[in-house]
This record gives sequence, structure tokens and C-alpha cells, in this order.
Amino acid sequence: MTTETAAQFSVSFTRYIDADGHPTGPLPDFAAQAANLLPLYRAMVLTRAFDARAVALQRTGRLGTFASSLGQEAVGIGAASAMAPGDVLLPSFRDQSAQLWRGVTPLELLLYWGGDERGSDFAGPREDFPISVPVASHAPHAAGVALAFALRKEKRASVCILGDGATSKGDFYEALNMAGPWHLPMVMLVNNNQWAISVPRAAQTAAATLAQKAIAAGIPGEQVDGNDVVAVRDAVARALSRAREGGGATLVEAVTYRLSDHTTADDARRYRDDKAVTASWHGEPIARLRAYLVSQGTWSREDEEHALADATAAIDKATETYLATPPQPLAAMFDHLFAELPPSIRAQRTQALGGETPDA
Amino acid sequence: MPEIALVEAINLALARAMGEDASVIVLGEDVGRDGGVFRATDGLLARFGPERVLDTPLAEAAIAGISVGLAAQRFRPVAEIQFMGFAYSTIDQMLNQAARLRTRTRGRLTCPMVLRMPAGGGVHAPEHHSESGEACFTNIPGLRVVYPSSPKRAYGLLLAAIRDPDPVVFLEPTRLYRAAREDVADDGVALPLDRCFTLREGGDITLVGWGAIVRDMLAAADRLAAEGRQAEVIDVATLVPFDAASILASVARTGRCVICHEAPLTAGFGAEIAAQLAGPGLMSLLAPVERVTGWDTVMPLPRLEMQYIPGVERILAAARRSLRHG
Ligand SMILES: Cc1ncc(C[n+]2csc(CCOP(=O)(O)OP(=O)(O)O)c2C)c(N)n1
Ligand SMILES: [Mg+2]
Repeated sequence: MTTETAAQFSVSFTRYIDADGHPTGPLPDFAAQAANLLPLYRAMVLTRAFDARAVALQRTGRLGTFASSLGQEAVGIGAASAMAPGDVLLPSFRDQSAQLWRGVTPLELLLYWGGDERGSDFAGPREDFPISVPVASHAPHAAGVALAFALRKEKRASVCILGDGATSKGDFYEALNMAGPWHLPMVMLVNNNQWAISVPRAAQTAAATLAQKAIAAGIPGEQVDGNDVVAVRDAVARALSRAREGGGATLVEAVTYRLSDHTTADDARRYRDDKAVTASWHGEPIARLRAYLVSQGTWSREDEEHALADATAAIDKATETYLATPPQPLAAMFDHLFAELPPSIRAQRTQALGGETPDA
Repeated sequence: MPEIALVEAINLALARAMGEDASVIVLGEDVGRDGGVFRATDGLLARFGPERVLDTPLAEAAIAGISVGLAAQRFRPVAEIQFMGFAYSTIDQMLNQAARLRTRTRGRLTCPMVLRMPAGGGVHAPEHHSESGEACFTNIPGLRVVYPSSPKRAYGLLLAAIRDPDPVVFLEPTRLYRAAREDVADDGVALPLDRCFTLREGGDITLVGWGAIVRDMLAAADRLAAEGRQAEVIDVATLVPFDAASILASVARTGRCVICHEAPLTAGFGAEIAAQLAGPGLMSLLAPVERVTGWDTVMPLPRLEMQYIPGVERILAAARRSLRHG
């Protein structure tokens, strides 16, 4: 008998700014000037203000169930800020940070979560996908979008964001696997926030990292500190440039923590210890970057007050418009079903508008 | 006998079945620690332990497929799918495997599993959480499809489903989880799996339906009574196998029928009932069969959902139209 090593793998973990805001070494080029990080910081502040408002609106009966991204703002902002406008984002239901950066407006987000389909008709990123609610079902779409880019020889890439729980779904594995041999220009970004509703990360998979799921698919996989927006952006930027140059897909696992309940319909105290949550506030992405910016002399108390005021003003304005937006007419149910409404369904539309039942 | 909600009746039946049969296992996303997102499995982990109440990874196809394996090995898995919108990836397992294992092996291997899930709209839930997809399952031979609309029927039918030797898809009306309340005796008595339930007798018109809309049918019957017309109200409850005889017998007396369901019109299960009425029931009919259903559109988000879901007014309008005939 002979036994030798057939293959060997390792998974890296990258962090540039530690939990206390101290740099762990030189920062990547885009972050060499601390001032370049200000837009990222402001975007995270805007996201947090948006989430707080959405939760408050839900609690007062003016919005539907909502999934806050509290503590995970760096995942979406890091990724979206690495993307080019021509790339395509395929977000999950917790990726409002990335959507906001890409130009989806707070008003559109409120409309969607308030139960109005017009919120998915983004005026900004016209080719971005609407959020995926059926977990991981958008992973194959990301591969399909990437295949379209590859077939047309365009230097563009797709970015799919999904959760730690999503990496247990067949859709995820199937998409990742297909991206391997076809060298698809796709970035699969896993928001590992440690929880899938009540199921902790350790119960989701026995794998030591989620990044290593890429290895089985024959593509690179790496872990980054998901609370360090610099690390997320850097990893996604590297993955995107490799994708655009024909180097294929990458899996990036952003390790972070869900500081909020799963959604407004959830009560996390049923299944997790408040103490662990409190401890996880240390090193959360906004405080961390703020500490760094302050240490670099690029951020002051007044700057903070202005940023908060700006975010609040933007959210106030969106809220006001949202609350004043009347629902769509009933006909809207029918009017976007097919390019042209078939006669039989047109008859139903007429009946619906007349308040009648469909004929037997 | 305490008054309990429909979701509590589900919980009661699960606990009862687990208590009396050690082969009953509950599995699904968040069913353990969290007790299920609707609390249908609340307390089961504490009572029966982690070997009988399994929090699964997020993987519906595997939840169904693992249940097939367990069932073939003489366990009685009761798997929860968190919302019907996430059950469609189980259809491969349910259609190609669960429903056919007995047939394929000529009874050597069987599949006594239950796939439970909340279904239907009306609770302002997010996208993909409100559809009524029962017809996707009722067209699968070898699968029973059950859809109770009251706590008592939920309790008795779930016990029957768990004890049944074949696979059962068990749909629970989300809208009634908390809204429907009644006294339920935890007596371990199952209800028949192939019989309609006549909830109210009346000789003028038959209202037939299942799921949350049954409550609206009952309300419509009250209104019709105030107009001097007596409606018979039938909760189909067990869609497959389908008890056509009870419905035909009712329509033989009333001559009129309004079929009600939340699911879309075309190829909805109501079409099967209409076909029975057009066949063996034809000579009983005094008026065209009416169907009151969801539209053939994508289920809208919450702001328009109550204009999609048929309610009392549409049922009444159809009943009055029917009563005007002949
Ligand atoms: C296919 C599918 N199954 C179940 C659900 C219900 N559900 C919504 S979110 C969620 C957990 C998702 O966990 P994860 O992928 O880690 O994302 P996170 O919510 O933590 O952002 C579940 C089970 C769903 N939306 N889709
Ligand atoms: Mg998660």
C-alpha cells in the first residue's frame, strides 16, 4: 500500500482594522488615505439609521416584517463599494446596505418592505436583482448572469450575497460547482452572521469554515473579518478583478454577527444568550471604523453629528414619501403578469375590477 | 376542555403522537430550541429530547428526503417546512420518491411520513410567504393532502396523518393559526382522513372549501340565513383522497354549489370538484357551479393581498348569483 497526499488546502482569514480600530498593518491602496474611507463610513451610518427606522415603522404597524442588518453593515458596504456600476448584485433579504450603496433608494426599500412591488422596480441599478427571500435560490441566478457576461465577453461580474444558513442549500452548491469548470465571473459573498434564525453556525455544518466549501467546487475561498469594511472590500475587489480577467469565481466568507433579532417577527431571547450578543457589540463595524478614523484625525465629534443628521434627514424624507404613497390599484396585480395579458386573464381582470368573482 | 388556538392544537397532537409512539420524530428548521417560528413545536425539545426533535440545517429538499429514509426505516417523521413557499424544492422528493416508494417496491418499503407547513395568506407576511400551492401536491398520486380549518380538525387530522401508513402533506392555514380557537379534548382520537366535514346543514345551496376561507364561508352562511336562504357548509379538509360522495350528496339536495379556495382559479383543486359536479352531479344542478378563488396572478405583496384573497363578499355575490337561477 502507498498513501500520499493527494491535495492540500488551507483557508486564510484577513483583517486590516482590528476590533478596537487599530490597523493590523499597512492598509490596501484604496484605504491608504483615511479620508477615502469616509463614504464607506457614511453609508454604514445610513444603513443603520435606515434599519432603525424600518424596525420602528414595523413596530407601529406601518411596515411589514423586516430583517435588520444591525452589525453586518460592513458586509454589504464593503462588497458594493468594490463593485463597478456595470456589475450585477443579487442580494438576499438582509442586504439593504449593499442596495443603498448601489443606488436603491430608502423609499424603494420602504415600499418593498411595506408590501408594494414598486419597491423592486429600482430606478438606479436597473440590472440588479430584487432581493431573494427563498434562501439561496438566487445563487444559480448569479451564475447565470455571470455566464451571460462570459458569453458576451464583457468585463463584468455578478455578486451574490447570502447567509451562513444558505450555504446548506443545494442551490448554493450547485451554483458554486457550475461556476468552477466554466470559470464564471461571479463572487459568492457569504454573510456569516453566526445564525440562521435560531440555528447556530455550528449546527449548520461541521465544516471548520464556510469558505472551504469553495475548495470542493475548485474555486478560491477565503475568510475575512466581516466587521472590517476594509477587509471585505479588499477581498471582494480582488475577487472581482480576477473574475473580470477570466480567472473565474471566488467565495468570500465575511465573519460577522447578527446583533438584532432575525426579523421583527423573531424573539432571539428564546434561543440565544443576551450575554453573547452584548459581547459581540465589541468590534462592530461602525464603532470600529470610527475609532480608526478618529485615530487618523479624519473624524471629529461634529463630523459624527453631521453624518447622523444627514442620514436621519434622508430617512425622514423617504419615510414621509413612503407613508404618503397610496397603494397600487388592484389592476396592478394583472398588469405585470405577462408582456401582454392573455384574453382569459383579461376577463378576470375585468371581473376583479368590477368586484366580481371569476366565472366558474 | 380548554379553548386553544389552531397552532396549539397542532402542538397538542404532535406531543400526543410522540408520547404514544416512540418512532415519531419531529424535524425541520427552528423546530427545536425556537419551538418553530409559529410555535407549533414549542416545548417538544424539552419534553422529548434532541434525538426526537431535530433542528435541521437550512435544506428543504434534504428535510423531505431524510424523512423518506427515516420512514423506510420504520420511523414516523413529521417534518416541518417553515412556509409553503419553501416547500417547492421538496416536490422532487415527494413526487418522485415519497409518493412512490410503496408502489415501486410493491409494499416492501413504505413511507409513513408527514410534511407539515403553513399555507395561505392574510397575515401581511413577506414575499413568498402567502401563496396557496395545494394543487401542486394534489396532483401527485400516492400522496395524501390534508388541510384542516379548525383546532379540533387540526388535532384529529394530524393524529390520523401521523398514524397513517403513507405519506401525508399536511397544510395549516396561517391566517387561522391564532385566530381560530375552540375547545379541544386531548383524547388521542383521530379523525377520518378521507371524509369531508359538514359544518352546517342547509337545503338551499352548498358552500364547499378548505383552509382559512372556510371561516368566510361560515360567515357568508350566516348572512344568507338572514336573507332567508339556508347554506350547507362543507370543509373538504382532506383533499386527497377526495370525498366526492359527500359533496355530491349535498348538491343532490341543494342543487347549487359555490366552490371556494384561496388558490388561483385555473387548475385549482376546485376544478376537480366542478368536474365531479359536471359528471355524476350534473342532473342535480339547478344553477351553474360557481367558483370563488384567488385570481390567476402572482400573489401580491401585503398591500394588495386582501384584494387577491376572496372574502365573504365575493362568496355572497356568487351564492346570490347561483340562487337567482331557476
Ligand atoms: C428556502 C427557504 N427556507 C426557509 C426560509 C425561512 N427563513 C428565512 S431566513 C432563514 C434563515 C436564513 O439564515 P442565513 O442564510 O444564515 O441568513 P440570515 O437570516 O442569517 O441573514 C430562514 C430559515 C426561507 N426564506 N427560504
Ligand atoms: Mg445567518
